[in-house]
Amino acid sequence: MLSIENLQARIEAEDKAILKGLNLQVNPGEVHAIMGPNGSGKSTLGHVLAGREGYQVTDGHVHFLGKDLLAMETEDRAREGLFLAFQYPVEIPGVSNMEFLKASVDAVREHRGLEPLDSVSFLKAAREASKTVELDQAFLKRGVNEGFSGGEKKRNEILQMLLLEPRLAILDETDSGLDIDALQVVAKGVNAMRASDRSFILVTHYQRLLNFIEPDFVHVLSGGRIVKSGDKSLALELEEKGYGWLEDEVA
Amino acid sequence: MNDFVVNALGRELSGAPGWLTALNRQGRTAGAGKTLPTIRTEDWKYTSLRPLQDGGYAAAPEPLRASVEPLATHFEVPDLDALCMVFVNGQFSESLSSSDAMPEGVSLVPFSRASEAEAALIGEHLDSLANPEGRLFTALNDSWLSEGLFLRVAENVRIEKPLQLVWLTTAQGENFGFAQRLLVLMEQGSEATVIEHFTSTDDAQNAFCNGVTELVIGADARLDHYRLHLEEAGALHVGNVCASLDRNARLNGFHMALGGRLKRIDLAVRHRGEGSHCELNGVYLPRNREHVDYHTVLEHEVPHTSSEETFRGIVADQARAVFNGRIHIHPGAQKTQAHLTNRNLLTSNQAEVDTKPELEIYADDVQCSHGATVAQLDASQLHYLRTRGVSEQEARVLLNFGFINELLNRAGSEPVRQYLRPRLASLFARDPNLARHLL
Repeated sequence: MLSIENLQARIEAEDKAILKGLNLQVNPGEVHAIMGPNGSGKSTLGHVLAGREGYQVTDGHVHFLGKDLLAMETEDRAREGLFLAFQYPVEIPGVSNMEFLKASVDAVREHRGLEPLDSVSFLKAAREASKTVELDQAFLKRGVNEGFSGGEKKRNEILQMLLLEPRLAILDETDSGLDIDALQVVAKGVNAMRASDRSFILVTHYQRLLNFIEPDFVHVLSGGRIVKSGDKSLALELEEKGYGWLEDEVA
Repeated sequence: MNDFVVNALGRELSGAPGWLTALNRQGRTAGAGKTLPTIRTEDWKYTSLRPLQDGGYAAAPEPLRASVEPLATHFEVPDLDALCMVFVNGQFSESLSSSDAMPEGVSLVPFSRASEAEAALIGEHLDSLANPEGRLFTALNDSWLSEGLFLRVAENVRIEKPLQLVWLTTAQGENFGFAQRLLVLMEQGSEATVIEHFTSTDDAQNAFCNGVTELVIGADARLDHYRLHLEEAGALHVGNVCASLDRNARLNGFHMALGGRLKRIDLAVRHRGEGSHCELNGVYLPRNREHVDYHTVLEHEVPHTSSEETFRGIVADQARAVFNGRIHIHPGAQKTQAHLTNRNLLTSNQAEVDTKPELEIYADDVQCSHGATVAQLDASQLHYLRTRGVSEQEARVLLNFGFINELLNRAGSEPVRQYLRPRLASLFARDPNLARHLL
C-alpha cells in the first residue's frame, strides 16, 4: 500500500530539516498509529505525503500502490486514493459544503473510471454520511467549514473520507481538541471503513484515540525518524512513561 | 475633451415635458464653462474620462422603434415576481413594462406620464440630494433630462413585490448619450425593494449612460436597493446614487458591477435622522482590459447612526478597479458606529486595484473601523481543495466564486441571487466545465 524509504524533508521557509530518514511500510488493511513528542515531525509527514507547498523532500522515496507518490500532483494523489484528514481544516466561505463535496467526489470517481453520481444519489450519499458522523444536514448547505466548531470541522473531515472512499487515510491529530462524544464519532467513522484493502495512519499525541480504534502497529516518531515500533501495548507504555525514556534508549 | 461638455450642453432638447424645461435650463447654467475632470483631479485620479472624449457621446439617442429583437431576454429574472419598468436607451418602453396596476398608495410613473400633482412632487425633490453645482455630470443629467422614473410609497405602505427598474441599451448607428434618472420617495414607515438593473443587448455597445438616482427615505421607512451593472463591456456609465435617511430609516444596498470601458459609480448616503442604519454590500468584477470605479461616501450627520459597508472585487487579466470609501462623522454625531472593509483579489500580475478607505471624524465618542486588503487566492484554501481531488483550475474557480458569493448571500432576494450566481461562475470559468459544480 504505502512504502516510505529513508524519507528526508525540510521546511523551505525555515531551512530546517524535519524528517531525517523515515522508514515505514503500511500493508493493505493495516492500521498504524504514529505517536511522538511535539516537533518530532508527525504533521510534516502528513503534509509531505499530501503534497503541501513549502515542504521540500531532500532524499528518499515514497511508493503508494506501486506508484511514485512524490512525483504526483496533490490532486492526483487524492484521486489515486490518498486522503489526509487535516489537523486544522480550512474554512472556505461562499463555497457550500455540498458544492465542494460534489466536486471532490466527481473528480475522484472520474479518475477511477466511474460514472459521476447524479445529484439525487449524491445527495442521498451525503446525507447518510452526515448521519454517520452525526453532523446535522444543515451543514451541507453552509460554506465549507465556515463557522464550524473544532469538533464539527473534524466530523466534516470524516464525512469527506466516507464519501471519497480512499485506499489510505491519514488522520493528522484528528482527536486533538475533541470531547469524548466527538472522539467516538470519529472512531465510529474510521471503524466503519476498515477493510482488507484500506489502510489507516493515525497521527496522535494521545493513547485515548487508540481505545476506540485498535491499531495493528504503533510507532514512535522522534527527531524525524521512527525510533521504536511495536503493537498497541507500546501506546499504553508511552502513556505511562512519556517519551523521555525512549530518547535515552536511542541515545 | 471639453468639446464633450460644450456639445452636451448644446444638445437640442426634445420631448421633455414642459415642467422639466426649467431644470434643463438650470443644468445648462450649472454646467456652463465647466470642463470634464482629468486624472489631475484627486477624485478622478485613477479613472480617465478619455473614452468620452471621442465618438460624439453627447449626441442624443435615436427615437425608440418597435424592436424586432426580443429584448426581454436581456433582463428577465426567472422566478422574480416583480413589477417591471423598462427604459430602452433612456426612453420608456410601455410594451416591455408591466401593466399591472400599482398597489394603493404607490406611484411608479415615468416623468413623461406624471400627473400634475406628481410632477409637482418630482420638481420639489429632484436635486434635493444630487448636486448639479458641485458635480458636472449631475448638471449634464439635468440639462438632458426628458424622461425619468418616479416612485413614491405613501406612509406605512409596504410593497410586497419587488420593483425591477431596467435601463437597457442597444447598439445604434452612432455613439449616443442619455440621462438616466430615478427619484424614490419613501414616506414614513413605508417599505419597498427596488432593483435598478442596467443591462444591454449582447452586441458591442456605444451608449453613454449618465445616471442620477435619488433615494429619499423617510422616518422608520426601509428600502432594499439593488443596483446591478451587467452591461456589455463597451457601454459607458457614469452614475451617482444619493440617499438620505431620516430617523430610524434603513437602507440595505447591494451593488454589483461587471467591468467596462468606463464605469464609475458614486454612492453617497446621508444619515440625517437618529437611529438610521445603512448596510452596503458591493462587488466588482472587471476583466480583460475593463475598468470599474466605486466611490462611496457615508455622511453621519447626527448622533446614534450606524453603517456597515463591505465591498469586494476580483480583478483579472489587465483590468483595473478603483475603490474609494469615505466615512465622514460630523461634529456632534456621537455614538456613531461605522465600519468599512474592502477586500480585493488580483488573479493576474497585470491586474491593478487602487483602494483608499478614508475616515474623517469630528466626534469623540464613536466606533469606527476601516480596512482594505489586496491579495491573491489563499494558498491553504487552494491546497485543501486539491487534497480532495479537485483540479487546481477548478479550485481557483471555486475560490473566486466563493469570495464573491459570500457577499451575494447577503442579498435578500433569492431569485436575484439565483440569477447572478451562474453569471458570476461563468466569469471565473472561461471553460464552463470548471463551473459545473456551481450551477
